[in-house]
Amino acid sequence: MSRTGAPPKPWTRTGPRTALTAEAGPLGLRVPVRVATTVLALLLAGFAAFTASVSLGTYAIPPGDVLGALFGYGDGAADLVVHKLRLPRALTAVLAGLAFGMAGAVYQAVTRNPLASPDLIGISAGAGAGAVATILFGGVTAAGAGTFGAVPFGALGGALLTAAVIYAFAYRGGTITGYRFVLVGIAAAGALAALTRWMLARADIDQAARAMVWLTGSLNGRSWSHVAWVGWALLILVPLTFALARPYQLLQFDDSTALSLGMRLHRARVVLLIAATCLAAVATAVAGPVAFVALGAPQIARRVAGTAGVPLLTSGLMGAVLMLAADLAGRLVLAPTELPVGIVTGAVGAPYLLFLLARSNRAGRGG
Amino acid sequence: MGVSDTSASTADAVQAPPAPPPPGRGRPARTVALLVLLLALVAAVFASLAIGSKPVALGDVLAALTGSREGDAVVVRDLRLPRTVLGLLVGLALGAAGAVAQDITRNPLGDPGLIGVSAGAAFAVAAGIGLFSLTHSYQYIWFAFLGGALAGLLAYTVGGTGYGGATPAKLALAGAAVTLFLGSFTSALVLLDVNTLDQYRSWAVGSLAGRDAALGPQLAPFVVIGLVLAIALSGRLNALALGDDLATTLGAKVRTTRALGAVAVIVLTGAAVAAAGPVTFVGLVIPHLVRAVTGPDARWLIPCSALGGGVLLLTADVIGRVVARPGELEAGVITAVIGAPFLAVMVKRGKLREHTR
Repeated sequence: MSRTGAPPKPWTRTGPRTALTAEAGPLGLRVPVRVATTVLALLLAGFAAFTASVSLGTYAIPPGDVLGALFGYGDGAADLVVHKLRLPRALTAVLAGLAFGMAGAVYQAVTRNPLASPDLIGISAGAGAGAVATILFGGVTAAGAGTFGAVPFGALGGALLTAAVIYAFAYRGGTITGYRFVLVGIAAAGALAALTRWMLARADIDQAARAMVWLTGSLNGRSWSHVAWVGWALLILVPLTFALARPYQLLQFDDSTALSLGMRLHRARVVLLIAATCLAAVATAVAGPVAFVALGAPQIARRVAGTAGVPLLTSGLMGAVLMLAADLAGRLVLAPTELPVGIVTGAVGAPYLLFLLARSNRAGRGG
Repeated sequence: MGVSDTSASTADAVQAPPAPPPPGRGRPARTVALLVLLLALVAAVFASLAIGSKPVALGDVLAALTGSREGDAVVVRDLRLPRTVLGLLVGLALGAAGAVAQDITRNPLGDPGLIGVSAGAAFAVAAGIGLFSLTHSYQYIWFAFLGGALAGLLAYTVGGTGYGGATPAKLALAGAAVTLFLGSFTSALVLLDVNTLDQYRSWAVGSLAGRDAALGPQLAPFVVIGLVLAIALSGRLNALALGDDLATTLGAKVRTTRALGAVAVIVLTGAAVAAAGPVTFVGLVIPHLVRAVTGPDARWLIPCSALGGGVLLLTADVIGRVVARPGELEAGVITAVIGAPFLAVMVKRGKLREHTR
């Protein structure tokens, strides 16, 4: 593993700031002040981005009218745009972003590898292959066309099936090591990407173009049924993931530390990975395999919040803010042409990660 | 990981130079491996010439090799020979590039795709089709080459700046970021224009079929230069395996070696991806397999990986022509279909060592 990605060093770049901490009751976690500030800032940024996302667009609605429409006092047009189009879209962005961010954080913490995000180890590729197969062979409308078709189910099935295969191959002698998990995941990602490219090359060009939009990651035409779908799933998955927060924290230390503290390491690891896979799968099902959010959100959150490990809540919030902002930018930058959210997250997020890497390298703190 | 992890990373710094090769990995075993691979490569080349959607008599195949253009020999000469040459070059390049990439990143997942080169080539091809209306693969090659090189350079620069130089984790993370960055622009290009998508997708599937006959000769110099550089570096790459600190103490020029290694990877992968599209698993799987026989010595690992890459790619191409008759399955699909489960089973059985060394 130390060759694969993060040796222990990067995770301990800044020591825990125990001097100024506050107890966050039910979770039993000690929260440093800088983390609390970050969370607060992210909540504010998220709120601002959400409001902007609902009010801005080809048909701009002043924030005041947005509030009116929300509480049922708006005029007809604003009502329609807010309720039918913008609100479900913004909510889908928030929920999917939250799920991507948290999924990425759990993966990276459990495998102790910053590269182990659903993007890179095959979960997204599995979802992509499942969805493309549904679009090409199922004869359904792509999610982008505004109907709630079978695409999310195809994606969910593909992701879960892929995850099951990865677990099966990574599981040996009663345990899953991060090394095996990442290696098998990369294998799965490569195979599924090749499969997807092959399906695209064989398909009718119109359907291939539609599948391509989905594969890039798009929030266009998301409806309340998408929101309900991802919302119900997160209602179960998010508390579950937080309930595992204690094992989650300890997994970031090495095995012997965790074991000496009495952890049932392997079970914690498997349960957490399953929860994270479901989070990633649900998010991918509604938004497509949006690049960079699951990989980048935890890494950015860790650096902004200045924590040693990957912060769970901060990563989730960071993911939500990234998705909202990227979707908004994609709608506005080239208006009236709309860029899918996945293009924006990749084009903006990746350079930022490169910048963070270069800067922390210069400062001599490692990557 | 965990326990083994920490001990391994400290072991990097303190362990003595590599112990003499364990029994069975001595010179005889390596020589045998090299010979077997050479024979397999010759067999694969012959199979690639002899087997195809149109059955050609063995006599005609042999006649074609001696220059005959009569009857079916012309099929072999004009279609299968260029394709075989191309497959051979691409396979050699990918195998060697994978081995060097794993050495310079000290990362068992070190694959040219992982450090951004494939993504750069893919982006450049999409840009060439979309913005400059290219239509032939021999035109793509220069774009792909340039794109791959620049992307690799970017990842290497970002991953290699500052403290510690190009450490494995930094390189891999930078490569992933570059891949995501360029991937989104590639998506944008193919989404904006259906014609671009139509051409791009047939390149992106990873195939040796329907490529221009002129591609082989164009490609050859780069592959040769890359291979020579890789083999010339192999001794210095061995020093790199001791860990940066010890290698430096022993007088090895760690950064120079790594930079030259990166050049070799970029040249080899750029050429291969330009010609065949993003063919996966050759660069990842072959060095792992070869290492199981030759051990970690780069002087053996790199040539053997190159040969193994050639065998795998040519075999995949031949299988693709046979299984889907009268149609064809692309080589890139076959390498993925063979490579992924194979790698997964190896991992499952614990056959792959947790570290490259």
